[in-house]
Amino acid sequence: MADEKSAISWSHNLEAALEQARSSNKYVLLDFTAAPM
Amino acid sequence: MVAFVSENFVPVRVHVREQADEFKRLGERYGAQWTPTVLVINPAGEERHRIEGFLPTEDFLAQLSLGLAHEAFAKSSFAEAQRRFADIVERHPDTEAAAEALYWAGVARYKATDDPSALAETARQFKKRYQKSSWAKKASVWDRDEGSAATARQ
Repeated sequence: MADEKSAISWSHNLEAALEQARSSNKYVLLDFTAAPM
Repeated sequence: MVAFVSENFVPVRVHVREQADEFKRLGERYGAQWTPTVLVINPAGEERHRIEGFLPTEDFLAQLSLGLAHEAFAKSSFAEAQRRFADIVERHPDTEAAAEALYWAGVARYKATDDPSALAETARQFKKRYQKSSWAKKASVWDRDEGSAATARQ
């Protein structure tokens, strides 16, 4: 799973993500991680 | 997995060391003290589902789907919830999420139709699969024969 998760385009700003979620009718996926970035 | 996440979520990652301050701030806000912890959060910022610890890809996808299904249920969108829960059983039958999804698909169908046979049918399905899961035990009370026997024993 680590490789597949690393292929996701992660952002690092929750507040901006919440705003984007509101405008795009999506949910936020918040990943607390220790994996290499 | 990338396509499923892109279709349904805005993904945000906070790293325990490289973003230590943000990790502490958000960790305190959402009570996350371990990695990996993955949260499904609605646009209002409210946690709707939590996945703690590593999961293989299929189990992870099933858990994300479970989060979306529970959210539909919480919004009283029972037909949508039933469809989402049933889809988890269909697509990810060998995951732990499947037994939970089978249970809640029955509940959602009952809520959508007000037909108690939805619960009895779910109990019968648990006699064929996921028999050792806690969800099978929870559904057993819906089985008419089992219920009658329990009543007779009292």
